[in-house]
Amino acid sequence: MAEAGKIDPMHQFTVEPIVPLHIGGYDISFTNSSLWLFIALALLMGFFMLGSKRELVPGRWQMAAEGVTGFVDNMVKVNIGPEGKKFMPYIFSLFTFILVANFLGLFPLAIIPGLHQFTTTSHFSITGVLAVLSFSMVLIVGFWRHKLHFFSLFVPHGTPIVMVPLIFLVELLSFMVRPFSLGLRLFVAMIAGHILMEVFGSFIVSGLSGGPIGWGVSALSFLFIIFVTLLELLVCAIQAYVFALLTTLYLNDAINLH
Amino acid sequence: MDFASAQVIGAGLAAIGVGAAAIGVGNVFGSFLESALRNPAAADGQQGRLFIGFAAAELLGLIAFAVAMIILYAR
Repeated sequence: MAEAGKIDPMHQFTVEPIVPLHIGGYDISFTNSSLWLFIALALLMGFFMLGSKRELVPGRWQMAAEGVTGFVDNMVKVNIGPEGKKFMPYIFSLFTFILVANFLGLFPLAIIPGLHQFTTTSHFSITGVLAVLSFSMVLIVGFWRHKLHFFSLFVPHGTPIVMVPLIFLVELLSFMVRPFSLGLRLFVAMIAGHILMEVFGSFIVSGLSGGPIGWGVSALSFLFIIFVTLLELLVCAIQAYVFALLTTLYLNDAINLH
Repeated sequence: MDFASAQVIGAGLAAIGVGAAAIGVGNVFGSFLESALRNPAAADGQQGRLFIGFAAAELLGLIAFAVAMIILYAR
């Protein structure tokens, strides 16, 4: 990025080791990525510990925790049916974890000098693992419940015999692409939003030294970045919701076939 | 044309796909609103499908963005 001057929009995504650790040729250092994963986990655990004291008259925290739980429970019930009850904890963990990790990345903590937060969900190594987890769960549940009948998922009802091989191939392809699209969507959405915010933030700073026209550019960029921040808050929530929703739909395919 | 300029032009061309996805996402929500206002009672039951359509349309735009980034940072 030659135009952006000294500000490199990709720098915010670098993984830096905090506690270097090498075992047998593998680099398993404790990085800023792992640190922010732990922070997301700690926040989630704190929130739900405060919220699940099982008071008879629920307080604020309990109402909030029950709201989230009820939302995910409802989504699973509507999309899978009564048999989805046992998958609810997994969907719930996925949804809340992605939501908190997304929001943590947007938190304006960098105004404290020396503190740079890291968006854990902006790396394919993390969203990809989540997606592979969902996908392997679909495979295991599907083959466990339906044995080899699971393959009938790839041939919709009422397909003419002549079309079966072609439809089978197309459906198989769309099935195999699922983990990639699941992981890619979340990670690219996060990366795109953060790059956009960084680029327009750099416009504000470099516009200040550009005379009256530059100040105009700065003011416009400032207004725009407020709008983008609001949009990003929406995108964070939607991406977490979409990830959980698609996982329930894929699980529904595996449990109920067609 | 040298490599650097071709790279920037290529990334710009790849970014057109993001605009196309914007049309798609607008279409999804627009059609949903149009039909939701005609039959508001049925609208809540279709929110899951709304977000599936949104996710499918958005994914293609995000892939266009990823391609633009790959072209822009290729060596």
